Amino acid sequence: MTAPTDQQLIDFVIRETRLIDQHRFEEWLDLFAEDGFYWMPLEWGQTDPRLTTSLMYEDKLLLKIRVERLKGNRTFSQKPKSRCHHVLQTPQVDSRNEATNEYVTWTPMHYVETRLDQQDLYAAWATHTLAVVDGALKIKLKRVDIVNCDAAFGNIQLFM
Amino acid sequence: MARYRGNLEAIKGLVRETEVHRDVYIDEEVFQLEMEHVFANTWAYVGHDSQVAKPGDYYGTTIGTQPILMVRHTDNTVKVLHNRCPHKGTRITTESCGNTGKFFRCPYHAWSFKTDGSLLAIPLKKGYENTGVEQSHAGRGMSPVKHVHNYRGFVFAKLNDVGPGFEEFFGDSLSSFDNMVDRSPAGRLEVAGGVLRYMHNCNWKMLVENQTDTCHPMVAHESSAGTAIEVWKNAPPGAKKPMAVEIYAPFMAPYEFFENMGIRVWPNGHGHTGVHHSIHSDYSAVPGYFEKMAAAHGEERAKAILDENRHNTVYFPNIMIKGPIQLVRVFKPIAANKTLVESWTFRLVDAPDMLLERTLMYNRLINAPTSVVGHDDLEMYERAQEGLHVDANQWVNLQRLYDPSEVPDTTAVTNGTTEWQMRNQFRAWSKFMTMSM
Ligand code: FES
Ligand SMILES: [Fe+2]
Repeated sequence: MTAPTDQQLIDFVIRETRLIDQHRFEEWLDLFAEDGFYWMPLEWGQTDPRLTTSLMYEDKLLLKIRVERLKGNRTFSQKPKSRCHHVLQTPQVDSRNEATNEYVTWTPMHYVETRLDQQDLYAAWATHTLAVVDGALKIKLKRVDIVNCDAAFGNIQLFM
Repeated sequence: MARYRGNLEAIKGLVRETEVHRDVYIDEEVFQLEMEHVFANTWAYVGHDSQVAKPGDYYGTTIGTQPILMVRHTDNTVKVLHNRCPHKGTRITTESCGNTGKFFRCPYHAWSFKTDGSLLAIPLKKGYENTGVEQSHAGRGMSPVKHVHNYRGFVFAKLNDVGPGFEEFFGDSLSSFDNMVDRSPAGRLEVAGGVLRYMHNCNWKMLVENQTDTCHPMVAHESSAGTAIEVWKNAPPGAKKPMAVEIYAPFMAPYEFFENMGIRVWPNGHGHTGVHHSIHSDYSAVPGYFEKMAAAHGEERAKAILDENRHNTVYFPNIMIKGPIQLVRVFKPIAANKTLVESWTFRLVDAPDMLLERTLMYNRLINAPTSVVGHDDLEMYERAQEGLHVDANQWVNLQRLYDPSEVPDTTAVTNGTTEWQMRNQFRAWSKFMTMSM
């Protein structure tokens, strides 16, 4: 792949959440570039992940820890396991820059996470910053802005 | 039928030397009595004065379940007021924090109040002529909380007249706040980063007890900290250990590490883990920081401040602070089975940004609703909240390293895996619960 088409960008984003919903976490992790980040801001319109607190700001190592933990034999908060479900609007391609190899999509979504009798619904916008690495699209940054990002939440255990 | 209200003996019977009755965690009537007594007779944490830096700045919060607000008055002192309009009860703060200018104006009928709560004006005042409104509750303005103390920026308040004064209540335990503030080259902290708010379906005291529960990290957090260590083992040889692994790894330290770190108990239910060392002792040095500290305090004093690495300091009834990383957690009771955990972080004024960066990373890795360490803990609290409904055994055990010669309200340093601090909290609970009954 040299420059991805808009449809390829859209398909990528849709497949990404499908992998999460199907608990294919290792394949999901492979979608991240080696220097990729997953960011879930705490603040409305947050610009700084370093000196402003976030709900998550994780590199591939930290994401890998989460994925391994979900499989762990002594991960009691996952006994029984959580399940999740994404409903996406069609991703919109906000910008494409072949020269800098940077493609940005914006996707409004609803996310449901369940465990036992509990079901929680979140509304959010996902912003994907993608790049072509070794011929394949990879995530440089997945930013998830929860609409009520500053509300008091209970456990959020999987990935939006 | 009331089982506990007006029944002093029943309340006293809930706390024994080495066990407590499950009703202190699951009974709504006991919870109500806690709000009226434990949270009114003690000095509760309100907030930090940097949240209300300028005159007119306000911040709305709670003591127990009572809505209050903290405001910077025109004379620059910090006042604490009950957060309701004296007219019909409307909450006065329009946002959770902001600036109100020289006075509060109620959004319902525009009564206005000075920032010390006193009544300033009522529209169409002549409607109250000869009604005696001056003598009414409403005519007195917003009720101030009388007992307020600002300790090095940390604002505390006591709702009742009974109960000890500030110095008597905290005593030597204030040394943990001292160490946190002294870590700033300017001797000052500022709230920074934003507050993490995490809802827990469990009793507030489970969280407080957990802060000095040193026999759980290597068990309950094996899933998160243990996995972090395993994943890091696959790092390429020679790779620099990332800040996140430095933060996670000590949770898996062996029992001896926690036994040797020591626990200190103080009177009135305060105490701390990490007398000799803690999970925060071995963080990498931050370039440029020691030089600033040495310039401000002198080398020897700077070293003494930074060598004090207390782990968790519990201030009865419901906060925990971490001096070495400038973090304050507030366990806000909502119901017997519901607690809001707020985790606040602070900037050391005049210190390198990297210290705040580490503090924020700690907060989101450990204290966020998205934190795997948080998931480990909450799972245990919720299982306990459920399990306590078993009638066959109605007692929670606090016996570890109990010595019958243990006296209440004393200062002592002991083995880091003792449950003495939990017993200390419940002795204080009994004292402050019954003090005004
Ligand atoms: S309720 Fe505040 S002015 Fe009427
Ligand atoms: Fe824990």
